[in-house]
Amino acid sequence: MSSLSERILGAPAGSYVDRPVDRAFVHDGTGVLTLEAWRRMERESLACPERLFMLFDHIAPANNSTTAVLQGELRTFAAENGLHFSDIGGGICHQLMSEGIVRPGEVVVGADSHSCTLGAFGAFATGVGATDMAAIWASGSTWFRVPETIGIHLEGDLQGAAEAKDIALDYVRKLGMDGGTYMALEFVGGGAESLSMESRLTIANMAVEAGAKTGIFYADDTTVQYLGGYGVPAAPQAAEEVRYARELTLDLDDLVPLVAAPHRVDNGRPAAECEGIALDEVFVGTCTNGRYEDLARFAGMVQGKKVAVRTIVVPASRSVLLKAVQTGVLSTIIRAGCVVGPPGCGPCLGAHMGVLGEGEVGLSTANRNFRNRMGVGAEYYLCSVATAAASALAGAIASPEGAP
Amino acid sequence: MTLQGSAVCLGADIDTDVIIAGRYLRTKDRRVWAEHVFEDLDPALAARLKGAVIIAGTNFGCGSSREQAPVALKEAGVVGVIASSFARIFFRNAINVGLPVMECGEVRCRDGAPVSFSLEGGWVEVDGVRNDATPLSARMLEIIRYGGLVEYWRAQQ
Repeated sequence: MSSLSERILGAPAGSYVDRPVDRAFVHDGTGVLTLEAWRRMERESLACPERLFMLFDHIAPANNSTTAVLQGELRTFAAENGLHFSDIGGGICHQLMSEGIVRPGEVVVGADSHSCTLGAFGAFATGVGATDMAAIWASGSTWFRVPETIGIHLEGDLQGAAEAKDIALDYVRKLGMDGGTYMALEFVGGGAESLSMESRLTIANMAVEAGAKTGIFYADDTTVQYLGGYGVPAAPQAAEEVRYARELTLDLDDLVPLVAAPHRVDNGRPAAECEGIALDEVFVGTCTNGRYEDLARFAGMVQGKKVAVRTIVVPASRSVLLKAVQTGVLSTIIRAGCVVGPPGCGPCLGAHMGVLGEGEVGLSTANRNFRNRMGVGAEYYLCSVATAAASALAGAIASPEGAP
Repeated sequence: MTLQGSAVCLGADIDTDVIIAGRYLRTKDRRVWAEHVFEDLDPALAARLKGAVIIAGTNFGCGSSREQAPVALKEAGVVGVIASSFARIFFRNAINVGLPVMECGEVRCRDGAPVSFSLEGGWVEVDGVRNDATPLSARMLEIIRYGGLVEYWRAQQ
C-alpha cells in the first residue's frame, strides 16, 4: 500500500512527477533571489498569485539600510502582484502557514529548508531554492521525485520533562544528518496520535536535519479540531498498511531530555550528561519551538524566579505573542528577566538579534547548531523548551528532570 | 560534457552555512558571496577555487535552502562538485544555477590533483584513476548546458 507522500503525489516512490503547488511561500531572505530569478525569466504575470505567500521573518525588522532596501523591493512586488503578504512582526513563515492556511492532502512548497514543518498537517510539504520557486511563480507547478518513506513508529507516551523536541533530537541522532536524504519521514503509531498539533509541528520541522524531503503525520481528529479553530474544514486521512523502505521505533516512555552538542544536529545525548556546562546565552523560539505551548511551558518553569544568564525569547508569530500577552505568559517571562524579541526567526540564522561572540556558549531551542551559524567562534547546543528553562535558571546546562 | 580542473578535497556534511554564512546573504552582489565562500571553514580556501573541482564526502550542501551557496561556488570559479551524496535542496539549486554536480561513491582525493569528469558519461578521474559516478538526467544536462534554469526557460519560450 502507498505511503502518505505517494498518495498525495499520486505516484509510486522513485517516479518523477510534475505537480501543481497548492501553497508556495518565500521569506525576506529567499524572496530576494526568487524575485531576481523571476525577473530574469521575463514572464508577464504570475501563474497563480492567490496561492503565493511572501512572509517576512528572517531579518525582521531590517538590521541595516541594505536589508531595508531589499525588503522594500519585495514589499512593493507583493503589493503590485497580489501575493499574500506578511510584514515584519507577523511571524515565521512556517508558523503563519500553520495558522489555518495549510490543509491535509495539499502540496506545499516553501523557499526555506524547514518547509517540511507543514507535513504535520498531512500535507506534502518541502523546501526548494529560489530559482525553483521562481519557476513555481511562473508555472504554478514543480517537479518532484516521489520519495521512499522511512516509517517512524512513536510508541508509548512521553514521561516526565521529555517533550516533542526530544523526539526530534532522538530521531535525528538515530538516523544521522543524512539518514533520510531524498526520503520522507512518516510518523505513525499511538505516540504520534497522542501528540498536539504544536508538538507535531516541532517534530516535522526537524525532518530536514536528517536530510529528509518531508516529515509527515496523518491528519486525524487532533488536526481537524485544530484547523476547525481557524474555521478551516478538514477531514482525517485513513492510514494504510505501508511497506516502508526503513523503519525506526522510538519508545517515548524511555525518552529523556536530550541536547545536541556542537556542531552537529545528530550529536544528541542526555541533557544530564552535559549538566554544568556554563552558558552565556539561552534562546527560546524559532519554527521549532516558538509556539504558544512552548512559551507557556517555559513560563511555567521560570515563574517567580530569575534567569541566571541572558535569555532571549522570541514568539513564532503575532498571534502567539498576543495569546502570551492575554494569558499573562509574557509578563511571567519578562519578570523572570528574559528579553522578548519581535515575532520572527530571532538570532537562529546568525544575522541579528542575539548572535553569540567568539568563545561564547549558547543553548537554544532552534534546529541547527552548525559551526559559526549563530555566532562566529561560538558553541551552540540544541535542546527542548524545558531544558532551556532549567538551564536558563541555572546559568549552565541542566536537565529539567526533577526541576520543580 | 567533459570538464576539467584541479582537486580541492573536503570532508562530509559540508553545510550551506559554512559555504556562505548568513551574515553575507543580504545583498545581490555575487562577488560578495564569492569573496566570503567557505570563510568559516578556511579563509584561505576561496582563493584556491578558480578552476577547482570540489571532491567531498556525503551530504554536501546540507542545511539551509540558500541558493547563494551554489552561486557563490560558481562565482568563485568552481568547475563542479563531486560528492558521495548531496543534500537534495542543494542538488536542485546547483542544477538550477548551472553549477555541475555529480554523485560518485568513493573517490581518492589529493589536493591539487588533476580531475576530469563527465556528467553524461557518469565518471570521474582523479590522478588518472577513473571512478564510476551517477550521470545526470537528460533534462538536468540540458539545464546545465544553458547555464541554469532561468536560461533554459527563456530558451523554451
